[in-house]
Amino acid sequence: MFLQLTDWCPVILSIKVALIAVTIVLIIGLPLSRLLSRLEFPGKDVVEAVITLPMVLPPSVIGYGLLMIIGKNGLLGNTLADLGLTVIFTWWAAVLASTVVSFPLMYQSAKAAFLSVNVNYEKAARTLGASEVKIFFTVTLPLAWPGILAGLVLSFARAMGEFGATMMVAGNIPGQTQTIPLAIYFAVESGDNGTARTLVAINTVFSFLVIYWVNRWAKKQKY
Amino acid sequence: MLKAKITKKLWHFTLEVEMELDNHILVLWGHSGAGKTTFLHCLAGLCKQSSGFIQLNERTLYSSEERINIPTRLRNVGYLFQDYALFPHMTVKQNVMYGLKNHRHRHQIENPVNPLELLNTFGVGHLLDRYPSQLSGGEKQRVALARALAVQPGLLLLDEPFSALDKNSKIKLRQEIKDIHALWQIPFILVTHDEEDAGFLGDRILTLNEGVPVAGSVMHLSSNMQRIAIY
Repeated sequence: MFLQLTDWCPVILSIKVALIAVTIVLIIGLPLSRLLSRLEFPGKDVVEAVITLPMVLPPSVIGYGLLMIIGKNGLLGNTLADLGLTVIFTWWAAVLASTVVSFPLMYQSAKAAFLSVNVNYEKAARTLGASEVKIFFTVTLPLAWPGILAGLVLSFARAMGEFGATMMVAGNIPGQTQTIPLAIYFAVESGDNGTARTLVAINTVFSFLVIYWVNRWAKKQKY
Repeated sequence: MLKAKITKKLWHFTLEVEMELDNHILVLWGHSGAGKTTFLHCLAGLCKQSSGFIQLNERTLYSSEERINIPTRLRNVGYLFQDYALFPHMTVKQNVMYGLKNHRHRHQIENPVNPLELLNTFGVGHLLDRYPSQLSGGEKQRVALARALAVQPGLLLLDEPFSALDKNSKIKLRQEIKDIHALWQIPFILVTHDEEDAGFLGDRILTLNEGVPVAGSVMHLSSNMQRIAIY
């Protein structure tokens, strides 16, 4: 048979890791991008450069950086150990790696989306008696939503595809930390082309469907 | 009754206007960059003035001496934006109803107007389920007016309301605004750089130049006039 897959663990794990990473990225990225889209302060350029850095750094640099933080002898390694938490070489490390590399995509898209909302809409809502919280949820967020969603999809795709940093901090433990990209790499290395082909097909079709659906959705917006 | 003294430092000049306005239409006239929109923004609380005071119907909205600065949402000042600023993701109905659910309106208004009737008055009652992008310029303006008046403001500010309209719609809407003003009996302040509009609508006209009223610029056009202090 052309396609064959005996172990679905990498597929399930990849989706789980990407979903959690994107959720974290959304929860931190949305308020942060909103804040920095309006706030001016000295050193803002430095902060933004740091946020964007993971997008351009090689995965091995990010992986090494994460090892320096959460590794056994890393900055937080002892603290985590004292708390009884092990992150390194668990699937949570894969979540961490995916979060770090996909965060800049979310941040950039969301910030551009917030900046694209005409401030007059917010001013008009203010003159109509709306509180700032109400304005955010009824005016700013709905108008910025298409851009934010695009950022979410990009982040999700990036998180699904994360390879280098994940291998360094989570390792390649089948059934535990082996995501699709890692499974493909090691399947090819061991000559198991059937498994590699199948995983490549699943990954491609899945990513295609997500992007296709989002584009369709964006097109259907009434305004 | 609106009493205001507004001083606002801008980067190339200082805006300085002192005025009293009864239930009339005041036209602010002047070239682009003369400080007209900034003046409206200060009244609405959309930007912070440097000093002075604003009193609307005996209520202090701003006072630098008493350190009072009521936020925009509690000022009860209606604002018609130059680009109308209708929320593009809401229908006409949702736009007009937007202000009604806000806190201050739940207990302050004795005889609430029905915003849907307001739309009928303006001849756009049949457009309830349309989105702003599906409206013509004149329709947008009428909806924006209905939205601003639905919260029953004590003062209505209109920032170049005709700039996006063709001549015919403009002449029609000018008359409508005059009629609405006669009906509502609240002070209107209208910004324009069109002399014809100023002459047609203004009970009083105030010409601004580099943020300061031009001496002798107040034209008394109707009989029961109030004084506008000029310096």
